[in-house]
This record gives sequence, structure tokens and C-alpha cells, in this order.
Amino acid sequence: MYFDSLSDFFNMGGHALYVWSAFAISLLLMLLNIILPWWNFKATRLQLQRQLRREAKQQANSSITEQQGEQV
Amino acid sequence: MWKWLKTLYHRLGSPKWFYQITGSWLPWFAGAAVVFLGVGLVWGLAFAPADYQQGNSFRIIYIHVPAAFLAQSVYIMMAVAGVVLLVWKMKMADVVAQSLAPFGATMTFLALLTGAIWGVPTWGTWWMWDARLTSMLILFFLYLGVIALREALQPQEVAAKACALLAIVGVINIPIIKYSVDWWYTLHQPATFTLTEKPAMPASMWVPLLIMLLGFYALLGWSVILRARAEVLKREYKAGWVKELLQRK
Amino acid sequence: MNKPAAAFCRLKQKPANLPGLFAVFKAALGREWRMQVRRRGDLVNPLVFFALVVVLFPLGISPTEDILAPVAPGVLWVAALLATLMSLDALFRPDLLDGSLEQQLVTGYPLAPLALAKLGVHWLLSSLPLILLSPFLGIMLYLPWEAQGVMMLALLLGSLALSLVGAIGAALTAGVGKSGVLMTLLVLPFYIPVLIFGTGAMQAAISGGSAMAHLSLLGALAALAITLAPWAIAAGLKIAVSGE
Repeated sequence: MYFDSLSDFFNMGGHALYVWSAFAISLLLMLLNIILPWWNFKATRLQLQRQLRREAKQQANSSITEQQGEQV
Repeated sequence: MWKWLKTLYHRLGSPKWFYQITGSWLPWFAGAAVVFLGVGLVWGLAFAPADYQQGNSFRIIYIHVPAAFLAQSVYIMMAVAGVVLLVWKMKMADVVAQSLAPFGATMTFLALLTGAIWGVPTWGTWWMWDARLTSMLILFFLYLGVIALREALQPQEVAAKACALLAIVGVINIPIIKYSVDWWYTLHQPATFTLTEKPAMPASMWVPLLIMLLGFYALLGWSVILRARAEVLKREYKAGWVKELLQRK
Repeated sequence: MNKPAAAFCRLKQKPANLPGLFAVFKAALGREWRMQVRRRGDLVNPLVFFALVVVLFPLGISPTEDILAPVAPGVLWVAALLATLMSLDALFRPDLLDGSLEQQLVTGYPLAPLALAKLGVHWLLSSLPLILLSPFLGIMLYLPWEAQGVMMLALLLGSLALSLVGAIGAALTAGVGKSGVLMTLLVLPFYIPVLIFGTGAMQAAISGGSAMAHLSLLGALAALAITLAPWAIAAGLKIAVSGE
């Protein structure tokens, strides 16, 4: 390790504010670039599944009414 | 090797195959990103020596340079995807281009932000019209332009082609812009020292930088694949295999 | 850009009795001239805008010569950039809306020369007056006499690149209803090299040096724009038509 002690490491030779803020913001933005697409993927899947189910139900309903129409 | 690449290229053009193969790539990209970024961060922050002039603030380089590098290469990738879309009419190229844009914009923003933070201990101000920072700022606007154009145009195919064309025009212009900004900088601010240009970096400094760069590329793959897969599902909703996949849960 | 160029040209055999490309180009020039002269407002407004922006600076900064003279090149160029952008905004939209662009596309003639004819007329009717107007505004900003000639020459070369590159943005946004801000966002980054070399030429002339280096770079930019931009404009117009 380049630094003598842990407190030295956190102090960064007086530049702690700049170094740590730069790295913290960077890590946050990188994480966001993984988490947001992941959530988006999940949400898209859920929404499409719901849409699929709705369409299937609609189709079933319309076929029932068609049959009823034929009977009358 | 060439033949293998060609088959890979043709297969990636099929949304179904793209979705399946990238699904198996995902853990590899994720693992590589975590490992490389972890090693690079610890090495860069704790073990690499400090710069003799800038002290420990120099460690911001381990974010700033990979971010700036990625910002440029992502734009070039976007233009390549644009050429593939316009010339070979491969629709998947647009899915990739659309997924690349937000990541590239993030990287540009990150390079600007870390540059600004780095500027405080080095120059004593948050912003200086340094040649590299200025071209990064212009690149940021180029990214915003591509994203805004996609938002504004309505049928998806039209937006795709327009964005592809804009990215190609941009990639031809970037070297010209970079050259002109360098010229302008030397004209107005002769030889103050730039942030990252060092006479010769010892290996203990540039090896972690290289590892960080690899980590950033892995992160790019991870993020783009995640975005692209969601987009494939959205666009191919009508296809049989997507319905099957959605029903399987 | 070879393959797209070939694709956008529509290199297909055309019947022998149709007029040649040059005749069509001349006809397009005539049509554009009549169409653009008729829209007088679109030609005059950018000039007024140019003058107005320049007038705002003395009011905003200071009317004294020692403050205005150093910033004069930059102010004139920025105003010229914005005025050019403004004049290009409605370049293709009327043609797209009334269907004449689609007609041009189905004739089988390459679209790039037709777009070039339109831009040539547009440059003659809007950029040339702007260049002729600029010395008067230069005087108002205390621009030294030595720099006036260089400014007009630099504007002459620079405006070619500005019109051509701006037209790419105009073609891409032709289908968007109100595209003013979007087009500005797309095109302004590409204007930066012209701005840098244009103001550089004027500053070199003011400080008594030779402006040749800057002027030749501006000329190179103009030549590059003339050779490459028409293809991009044609491609953009085809995309816009396909979206209608």
C-alpha cells in the first residue's frame, strides 16, 4: 500500500474531498447505468406479460360472443 | 476466424438469436466489470504512487481518462452501428445504437464532472477552457443531439435512420472539431500544463489505468446488453418466440 | 460514404427521351429562384436578426471602443452563425409538406444535385446579403479597417460550409413540426470549427499578422462540405420523405 495508515488513506494528502467525491459520484452513475436498465427490463417484461394476458382474454371473450351470435 | 465472425454477425442480426446469446453473455460481462473495476479501484486508490506534482488528486485520472476514452469510442460504435443499419439494413444495429447513446452520454458527463473536480486542486477553479474538457463538452452536446432527435421523430424506423445518419455525420466531424479546438487552445492559452499529459508514466501508474479501462468496457457491455434486451422484447412483441418466452415466465 | 452514395443516387437506367442531369439541374435552379424570391420574409428576417443580435452586444456589454473592438470578431461570427441557422430552418419543410420533394425523389434523378441547386440559390439570396451587411455592423463594433476585407472573405468561405452543414440538420428535422431548437442543438456543434477559424482569421488580421492560414483552413472546410454534405442532405431528405 502506498499510504502509511488508514487515516492517511482517507485523507488523501489533503485532497480527500476531491478524490472521494469524484469516485463516489462516478460509482453512483455507473451503478445507475446498470440498475435503471435492469429495472426497465423487468418492467418491460411485466408490462408485456400483462398485455399478452389481456389480449388472450379479449380474444376468448370475442370468440364466445361470436358463438352466441351464431346460436341466435 | 473470419468465417466464424461472419456467422456471428449474421446471427446477431436476428432478434431471437441476439436475445438468447446475449443472455448467456450477461454474467460474463457483469463478472468482468465487477472484477476489473474492483481491482482497478483498489490498486488506483490505495497502491499506485501519488503524482510528484499533483499529489493524490492525480488519482482522479483512474475515472477521468477511461470515461473520456469510452465517451469517444461509444460515439464511434454508434456511427458503425449506423453504417450497418443504413447499408445492410440490419434492424438490430439500431437497437444497439439506441442502447449505446445513454451510456455514452453518461461517460461524457462523467469525464466533464471529474475534470471539473480535478480542476479545483490543480488549477484552482472548477472550469477552465482546457482543450480536452472543451472537446468533451462539445461531444456531450453531440450525444444530447442524437438522443433529442430520436425523441422527436415518430415512426421508429425513421428515427433509427435519422439517428444513424446524424451519428455518421458526427463521427466525420469529431476529428475536425477536435483539431480546431486544439488549434484554438494553443492560440489563446499557450502551454499551461494539461491535466493528463505526463512525460512518462511508470508502470505502477498505468497498469491500474489499463485495468480500469477494461472494467469500463465490460460495464459498457453489461449496460448495453441490458438495455438492448428490453428493447428487443418491446419491438418483437408480436413475434411468436417472444410470446412463448413471456408465457414461460 | 461510398456505398450509401451509390444507394442514394439511384443509379438506374432511365429512358432515353428524358432530359440530362444538367438540364434538370438548370430547371431546378430556376424553380428554386422563383420559389425563394417569392418568400421575401424568409429572406429578410434572418438579416434583421443578424443586425439585431449585433446591436444587443454594445447595449449589454459597453459601448466603449476598447471593450467592443476585441470582442467584435466573435460577436459578428456568432450572430452570423445563428442567422444562417435561422434562415435554413424552413428550407425543406414546404417542399416536404406540398409533396414536391417526393416528386423529385420518384423522378429517378439523384437528389443530391437538386438539393445543391436549392442550397446554391439559398446561399445567393441569404448568405450573400449577410456578407454585404457585415462591414456596416463591423463599423458599429469598431472593427479595425484592416480586418473588414478579411472578415468578408472569411464569411464568404465560412458561409458555404455553414449552409451546407446546416442543411443536413434541416433535412433531418424537416418532418418535425417545430424544429427550431432541435435543429440548433443538432447543428451548432458542427459549426464550431468554422467559428474558430473564422474568428481566428479576423484576429490575425487585427493583430497585423497574415490570415492566410485560417482562410485556407476555412476554404478546406468549405471544400469538404461541398463534396460530402450533399450526399448526407439527400440521405436525410429520403429519410424524411419515408416518414411522411
